Amino acid sequence: MSESGPVLQLHQVHKSYLGAVSTEVLHGIDLQVERGEFVALMGPSGSGKSTLLNILGLLDRPTSGTVAILGQDCTALDDAGLTRLRGKSLGFVFQFHHLLPAFTAEENVYLPMLADVGHFEPAMGQRARELLGRIGLKGFETRPAAQLSGGQQQRVAIARALVMSPALVLADEPTGNLDQASGNQAFELMREFNRESTTAFLLVTHNPGLAKRCDRTITLVDGSIE
Amino acid sequence: MRFELQVALRFLQEGRVQTALIMGGIGTGVGVIIFLSALIAGLQASIIDRTLGTQAHVVLQPSEEEARPQLDRVHQDVLAHIQRPAQRLRTILGWPRLLADLRSRPDVTAATPTVEGSAFALRGTANRSVALRGVDSDSYGGILDLRSKLVEGTFDVTGTHAVVGVELAKELGLGVGDTLRLVAPDDHTELFTISGLFDVGITDLNLRWVFISLRSGQTLMDLSGGVSSIQVKLRDIYSAEQVARELGAATGLKSDSWMTLNSQILIGLRSQDSSSIMIQFLVILAVVLGIASVLVVSVIQKGRQIGIMRAFGTRQEQLLRIFLLQGGLLGLVGSLGGILLGTLMALGFQRIATNPDGSPLFPVALTLQLYGRSVLVALGTGLVGSWLPARRAAALDPAVAIRNE
Ligand SMILES: Nc1ncnc2c1ncn2[C@@H]1O[C@H](COP(=O)(O)OP(=O)(O)OP(=O)(O)O)[C@@H](O)[C@H]1O
Ligand SMILES: [Mg+2]
Repeated sequence: MSESGPVLQLHQVHKSYLGAVSTEVLHGIDLQVERGEFVALMGPSGSGKSTLLNILGLLDRPTSGTVAILGQDCTALDDAGLTRLRGKSLGFVFQFHHLLPAFTAEENVYLPMLADVGHFEPAMGQRARELLGRIGLKGFETRPAAQLSGGQQQRVAIARALVMSPALVLADEPTGNLDQASGNQAFELMREFNRESTTAFLLVTHNPGLAKRCDRTITLVDGSIE
Repeated sequence: MRFELQVALRFLQEGRVQTALIMGGIGTGVGVIIFLSALIAGLQASIIDRTLGTQAHVVLQPSEEEARPQLDRVHQDVLAHIQRPAQRLRTILGWPRLLADLRSRPDVTAATPTVEGSAFALRGTANRSVALRGVDSDSYGGILDLRSKLVEGTFDVTGTHAVVGVELAKELGLGVGDTLRLVAPDDHTELFTISGLFDVGITDLNLRWVFISLRSGQTLMDLSGGVSSIQVKLRDIYSAEQVARELGAATGLKSDSWMTLNSQILIGLRSQDSSSIMIQFLVILAVVLGIASVLVVSVIQKGRQIGIMRAFGTRQEQLLRIFLLQGGLLGLVGSLGGILLGTLMALGFQRIATNPDGSPLFPVALTLQLYGRSVLVALGTGLVGSWLPARRAAALDPAVAIRNE
């Protein structure tokens, strides 16, 4: 993994879903995200934004084309290799927070570290509490995730995406399910973390106002970048 | 705590009702296994106890004198005229040597010489046919501990003392200190003084057995210096058949094990064993299927959670372990409940199934070994039952799992 160069590089990525009729959803995407960039990904519903995000999040493989994270070509990696890279270099925030409801806020935040190391270390708790403090959830550390409000849960999910200090955070409509105030708050948090670190963000949104506040906007229409 | 264990515990905690129900199922299954095993083991131990309580494991006797026809191919009909010679008590040649050899074997716990034959017991005008047992009072206790079966008097067969069963004593109106005349088939006769009365728990034996000294037996049976059988007890009762065959081949004597002499009982025990194994197998199968179905549902319910776990770097083998651990934990905790349930059922049964005097019909065999085995079986059952769901969880496509809102 190189220390300089783009965080993410896509070259001629095609994606087809094989069904009764095989449909191509992405038609040769070329895309590059630099370190520390904050990029908005827009496009109408069904244009392939989530599909693209899954591919560059190494959750799905392209039908053809290459994906490189931090200069490393991921085509040849097996599932274990993809998982390791995902855990260390990528963070995820989804529209529906996807916290583990049986764990507390603090535990949810440090779970990626726990999965990485295999056992608990006090430093993990410390890091999680520090992040929770920064997202304004001091005092909620031991609250079960299921007992937090939607906005609070999404902020915990953002903290979880950041806990490993990844090179790139992929956020698929993270504010889509929140009221305006909560959505704004969540967005501002990500923007703040982005400014203070080298973590790049790729944010799918339908909100042009938010997109304006990003460094750059990519628009996807019918599986191609405009 | 290990990551996998912590997640497994939380998942079980999260599915509270499912967890409780399947644990109840496992507990019931293990309970049935424990109850059944304890019952059958107890029953079998008591049957064997009763059977072997009054028997040697191996009995050596002089081989039957078989009249051997001269094999004359021309006069086949000669076979029809061959007859067995009249039964007559014969001695085991060189028995002291054989006895010493037997006692030096590591698998033999006791060996004793006896003179056995039938006789008549006379008392006044009453008489009864009895089975004489001329025994060596020092070593006979290793075969049948009559001292512990005495209801009156002492086990003293020295000189012209005899020990008889309570039933015979009642029949002939005998008590300790009374005299009894024993008459052998060839009219040898002698007067004995009763020193003790025994009760071995079997009416027929209480009525027929008369114990006298080896020497008196030899005199009455006209077997001076000889013995008519050597009785052997072994460390492992189930090796009796094997040992009997070995001894028969080595000595040329007629050698019978308790297993041949009680083959019906043995068949009964074996079929009990196999039906018990069958039932246990089916119970285990049902529990495996129960665990599997609960966890399969759990994998489906937790699809999104599993997807996000994969996204933040959880490896496939970690997910495999998380679900195997859930199966193992269900089995482990369920088996503890099962031990409690099975023990209560077994003790309850013991309390209900009693002799008229209130004592249990037989003690149920609740052993540490049974508990340990049950825990292991339940653990294995949990792991087997969770194998398929664990594989499914590990193989879940995270993109699909996360997309499914
Ligand atoms: N697993 C799949 N199998 C078949 N077709 C799929 C699958 N996933 C997505 N598609 C199709 O691919 C296209 C792009 O879907 P995708 O979810 O990427 O769109 P999107 O831009 O994220 O839309 P939205 O803004 O509504 O979230 C859609 O036409 C969708 O029906
Ligand atoms: Mg989408």
